[in-house]
Amino acid sequence: MPVGESLNALCAGLILICAFAIVGTRQVQGVRRFFVFQSILLAAACFLLAWDEHIADLWWLGGITLTAKVILIPWVMKRTLAPEFYIRRELSQTINIPSSLLLALLLAVGSELLVAPITSASGNPVIETNVPIGLACLLIGAYSLAARREAIPQLLGILSMENGAFLAGIAIAPTLPLIAELAIAVDVVLIAVIVGLLTKTIEKTMGTTEAAALSELKEETAEWR
Amino acid sequence: MRQTVAYNVIQILFVLGFAPLYTGVLSRFKEIVQSKRGPSIFQPYRDLWKLFHKDEVVSSETTWIFRITPYLVFVTPIFVTVLIPVLTDYPLAFAFMGDMLAAGFFLALAGFFAALAAVDTGNPYGPMGASRTRMVGFLAEPVFMIVFFTVSFVAQSTIPYIVQQRWVASAAAFFSPAHVLLLVAFFMLILAEGGRIPVDNPTGHFELAMIDESKGLEFSGRGAALMKWGGQMKFIVLACVFLNVLLAPWGLATGESIGQVLIAIPLILLKILIFAIALVMIETSLSKLRLFRISEFLGAAFIASVAAMIVSIFVAA
Repeated sequence: MPVGESLNALCAGLILICAFAIVGTRQVQGVRRFFVFQSILLAAACFLLAWDEHIADLWWLGGITLTAKVILIPWVMKRTLAPEFYIRRELSQTINIPSSLLLALLLAVGSELLVAPITSASGNPVIETNVPIGLACLLIGAYSLAARREAIPQLLGILSMENGAFLAGIAIAPTLPLIAELAIAVDVVLIAVIVGLLTKTIEKTMGTTEAAALSELKEETAEWR
Repeated sequence: MRQTVAYNVIQILFVLGFAPLYTGVLSRFKEIVQSKRGPSIFQPYRDLWKLFHKDEVVSSETTWIFRITPYLVFVTPIFVTVLIPVLTDYPLAFAFMGDMLAAGFFLALAGFFAALAAVDTGNPYGPMGASRTRMVGFLAEPVFMIVFFTVSFVAQSTIPYIVQQRWVASAAAFFSPAHVLLLVAFFMLILAEGGRIPVDNPTGHFELAMIDESKGLEFSGRGAALMKWGGQMKFIVLACVFLNVLLAPWGLATGESIGQVLIAIPLILLKILIFAIALVMIETSLSKLRLFRISEFLGAAFIASVAAMIVSIFVAA
């Protein structure tokens, strides 16, 4: 295996580890940090692919990822959300962390098994690496969306799902029109803005952003907490 | 044949001789980082010397298990030394007697007897610590297993000498994701098995909180010295496996001549010194985990090792 592909595989492996870490971290701040780290790795994988296969579009794509996910989204979240979202120490989860990690592991193994027959037909080692790991990140992100009870980690779950799709995307369709990618990047930032503002408003009226507590919205329970 | 046996003896002497030094350097560094002066790096040697010259007290309530445990704890790391590359990168006389699983088995045997001996004394703190070590042990076991499976997938062998050749072969093999994930998993395993800080506090003498330390409480004199020395050797042996087989398989003697083997000694010591510095950084920047968070720590190690296996099967195939 040449060094370029090997480094790409290394990035993909670390991205997978970040996805696990997003499920397994207890604190909001930690989840955010791992998301940013995952995005940096994603941009690195993008640049590597651009370097290896001489695709000019991918340089732009990596740059867009870097600005949108590493700089803009954390900045937007910081601006829209009050600092107390970050201070809160432990997040509640519907399923405890060790079992969550095991479930995430099952998802990863399952996605490998699911995709392996298709990707091995392509014969391209980058596709063979990125597509299963991208799918695994997507599923793990979806899982953390379901298992977390707080709005911010759920937002980060959606964003890490997008990261997984992106990782698979750059391998399958590296020459996708740049305008589509740009649209996605803007979309992602907008999601962050909307969810951030929404959460802030909910927090203001309800006093909590715990999704489980919001099920009693129909009654006039401002004194729920 | 006679030459390789001689080199094996040098390896054993290396581990025997430098294990206390390693512990001393580690604790000295830690004290320096915490802006204290700390004991001399030769303090562990003095401790051993002192303990060997003290009388041994054995409770009349104990059985033969308590009496043979110090010897087992002392001897098993030496057996492991025979199986792994400590100074040379070519297999020595007994290298093919057993693989990494055998090494793991030897260390587990010592741990098992140490736990039994702790229960044997009837001291209330002994069984408590023993049951905790067993808890850490059974959480660490699957990680060990998966690491070995992955290694055997990647290197087609579990003999440490052959595994080590595999990573030196090319930069691509060294930077392969399976290798990096393995390193992460194995490092967390060393921290857990060696009783280092995120899992256990090696310097803590608070009975209710200690895990590894409580097993040696009842030993005195020669028994205590052997237990201590054995524990130090186990730690340096694990460091050797990690450094020479997995992380940095350079600096080992490649030639057959005695000179090269002797030159390898300071190089390996330098490597272990750098490892000790990294270890001290980690130990001082983390705090000890709560007992029931250990399962999360080792769960993360398990995830890393299984991810390594997935990646090695599906990607590197």
